[in-house]
Amino acid sequence: MIQQQESTIVEHHPMDVLLRQDRIPHIWCSGCGLGTSLTAFINAVRDCGIPLEKISVVSGIGCTGRVAGYLNLDSFHTTHGRALPFAVGLHLGNPSLKVIVFSGDGDLISIGGNHFIHTARKNMDITVICVNNFNYGMTGGQGAPTTPLGSRSTTTPYGNFEFPFNIPHLAAASGATYVARWTALDTRRLKNSMQEAILRRGFSVVEVISPCPTLFGRLNRLGTGLDMMKSYQENSVIRHGADPASVAMGKDGKIIVGKFVDIERPTYLDMMKQALGGRFNIPIPERSVDKTEIPMDGE
Amino acid sequence: METESGVLTGEHFLSGNEAFGEGALAAGCRFFAGYPITPSTEVAEHMAERLPQVGGIFIQMEDELASMNALLGAAWAGQKAMTATSGPGFSLMMENLGLGVVTETPCVIVNVQRGGPSTGLPTLVGQADMMQAKWGSHGPYEIIALSPSSPQECFDFTVKAFNLAEQYRTPVLVMGDEVVGHMTERVVIPPADKIERTPRRTPRVPPEKYLPYEPDPDGVPQMALAGQGYKMHITGLTHDRRGYPVISEEAQADMIGRLVEKIRKNREKITEYEEESCEDADVIVCSYGISARTSQLAIENARAEGIKVGVFRLIVVWPFPESKIDELAGKTKGFVVPEINCGQISLEVERCAHGKAKTILVPHAGGGTHNPDNILEAIRRAAA
Repeated sequence: MIQQQESTIVEHHPMDVLLRQDRIPHIWCSGCGLGTSLTAFINAVRDCGIPLEKISVVSGIGCTGRVAGYLNLDSFHTTHGRALPFAVGLHLGNPSLKVIVFSGDGDLISIGGNHFIHTARKNMDITVICVNNFNYGMTGGQGAPTTPLGSRSTTTPYGNFEFPFNIPHLAAASGATYVARWTALDTRRLKNSMQEAILRRGFSVVEVISPCPTLFGRLNRLGTGLDMMKSYQENSVIRHGADPASVAMGKDGKIIVGKFVDIERPTYLDMMKQALGGRFNIPIPERSVDKTEIPMDGE
Repeated sequence: METESGVLTGEHFLSGNEAFGEGALAAGCRFFAGYPITPSTEVAEHMAERLPQVGGIFIQMEDELASMNALLGAAWAGQKAMTATSGPGFSLMMENLGLGVVTETPCVIVNVQRGGPSTGLPTLVGQADMMQAKWGSHGPYEIIALSPSSPQECFDFTVKAFNLAEQYRTPVLVMGDEVVGHMTERVVIPPADKIERTPRRTPRVPPEKYLPYEPDPDGVPQMALAGQGYKMHITGLTHDRRGYPVISEEAQADMIGRLVEKIRKNREKITEYEEESCEDADVIVCSYGISARTSQLAIENARAEGIKVGVFRLIVVWPFPESKIDELAGKTKGFVVPEINCGQISLEVERCAHGKAKTILVPHAGGGTHNPDNILEAIRRAAA
């Protein structure tokens, strides 16, 4: 006979400490991948071991830009495209903070593209979570720098004829020291990758392929959010260590996911200390880091 | 003599652009983000050399959009932060000047004005960004701007700008110009303990009682810093006193009302000007920056002709000394406003004079300073 266990109803969800409950419900559509992306992120933040008061999250504008507003952390919702330079100021202003930028593909790669490549070039000790839904969701489904060739958006009504960016390739070529891509379906690997990225020193980038059933999905007849998640399951191929140049979306309909880059390179502040430290006393507090590999399996 | 405080106490022969930098260091600035642009580049070059010496950080950003945002980020990390720019760079900074205003982030922006619009006259003087300083970012807001006329004032007014930025929690603009930026003169830097430094208005309540936008009685809220455990949310969206976005007419009225009033209600405390012989003047020359100095010969010559000329020089340009101009308008025949633009501050003078005295603009399209004869001619017309 199965013994019945006493259960108690708890008032708070275990993750409440990381969410601003007074701002829930969120604004995201049903079927959107931002919910699972955020869940993976708050689990990564919880498990990374960094004291929560030492973590700052900076977002730009757009659907993903709203993430900062739901996190119960020091959080900054800046202007369109400018999350990274704001984060640079925050990081250099107090290097003991862990600064994470959480924003979308349009924000980070189009209007913020120049900031993205230069922050990567300088190897700023900042983590970027870039949720890529292949279009501008907040403004109603316009074409983005990630929109695949041939795809419809409200500004590419006859099919997109612009070549899109391959975000991991752009990040790696610009100098990022950690580059990974997962889909919003890979919640556990995504969480582990986010956690690893947060703990690395240097410019780390995690791209999250995410369904936007309301706009990109509808305009391209991709079905519901669940249908889009199913297509991720069917088409994702894990290829750790793949050459970022080879992981462009849309080739053979496959989505190459995995950890592509994980290298060490001196950060901006390392280089500054090396150049100036012998001559001047610049007080730069160290951020505690952990080099542990976090298992992502699926080799 | 260099002290640990970064104050270069003593007498120096400095350019205006170097003096901006020294003023910032004396005020406690330890973060500078900038992008090269003529004629303000020497400010960045000076800071690149000086900031490491005092334990601060200089960073050259990828553009002026980034520079302005880096200032805001550094301010929320607890730094006193500055940038310097000119012409097109000032235009690029307008986007996030607005973010600084609406998030109430103290920081200082130096604009060494050049001839415009567009690329205009990179190496030559202008004073045509005065209205941009007031209105340049979209939306309703108030701003504080100062205008130095000498390298000494580049130093003094930069210190003042940092203190105003902290006191009113707002970006403050120092509106220099190419001539003042590039002229080299004696600059006296006082001992560190004689330099006033307004500290950050950090919270006096614990995190659970903290509301990021609940104002003190003077209309200015307390500012938590990242990493202090206050877990604040800061957004460029219209927000309530918790800092949370609220997209409504009511929230907008509350937020904008307070943002505007914190400057307007303190206008008398913020405004600053220099007046000389205005009480019984036939004509008052109202000017600022380099134009206040090119006016001097014209004023001397007019006085030699027997015209009673008063001098009214703006130190703080925004907020504008409305009531003072109104008062002076009742005592004089006319104002003469020489400025290196096609009429900006003259419009404010005319507005505030309420028709009691005439306002004569002495315009200059830029690229040089006024011929004092043109100012003298205007003084004669005003006195007539």
